[in-house]
Amino acid sequence: MQNRLINWFKYSSPATFYPVAGRLAPIFWVIAIALIGYGLYLSFFVAPTDYKQGEGYRIIFIHVPASWMSMFIYLVMAGWSAIGLVFNTRLSFMMAQALAPTGAMFAFISLWTGSFWGKPMWGTWWVWDARITSELILLFLYLGYMALVGAIDDRRRADRAGSILLLVGVVNIPIIYFSVKWWNTLHQGATVKMNGQTSMDETMLWTMLIMALGFWAYSIAVAMVRVRSIMLEREHDAQWVRDMIGEQA
Amino acid sequence: MSIWDKLDMGKYALYVWGSFGVTALCMIVEPILLRSHATRIRKRIARLNRLEK
Repeated sequence: MQNRLINWFKYSSPATFYPVAGRLAPIFWVIAIALIGYGLYLSFFVAPTDYKQGEGYRIIFIHVPASWMSMFIYLVMAGWSAIGLVFNTRLSFMMAQALAPTGAMFAFISLWTGSFWGKPMWGTWWVWDARITSELILLFLYLGYMALVGAIDDRRRADRAGSILLLVGVVNIPIIYFSVKWWNTLHQGATVKMNGQTSMDETMLWTMLIMALGFWAYSIAVAMVRVRSIMLEREHDAQWVRDMIGEQA
Repeated sequence: MSIWDKLDMGKYALYVWGSFGVTALCMIVEPILLRSHATRIRKRIARLNRLEK
């Protein structure tokens, strides 16, 4: 147990994790491209036309995975922040920072695609519905976190302030998830329920899950690339960065 | 079914392609921006290293 702990902490050093992230990124790019490519093929050529919503329902193949990712990335960021606050590990804060723009992007995609689905199906681009509003708050939490971390010059203070904002904002995640249950919303109920039950055709469900896995791999790949840049930016004075980059970039 | 029927998405073309298009744009632009950002940082550190020598 003791040895295992020491091994984990070894990777919390940016100098050690930098090459690891460099090796992981291409693996996850390949997985992401393969899964999203296959998912798109299933989305347009295999999944049947919906009997009620026609071809318009195909938007859910990106809407649902993007919504899941927007919530999942936030939880992962909050997790990294908690680890950072407890163990004071620099890498944890860097990981949280590396995930934020991608999380914000998925929250935006979720709202955008939801809006493009809402117009033909509900007859409106936007409603102040519980789920949609809480997802919008999630987007603002991401943007607020990025603005806060960017606005404080002292790195340690910026990390701590950002982490506290993230941890407080976690309360919004169950609100998004259960909003369709707690309130009488226009938004439909959960497509896939916690107990594994689903209201979907099997091909549609698999397409959605494959796209979700593709988005997940994409997020890891992007986070690995971005965390490397953050490490270089923050540690540009460190000897390991100087030695690695030398005088030629 | 011809390719045009497929692209038409049964009168939902604007909504389906508006969604997939913007998502594709985001997921293509983000890695490109990341790459150029990484290159810029490496160049800046290399310049700092040269200046200090």
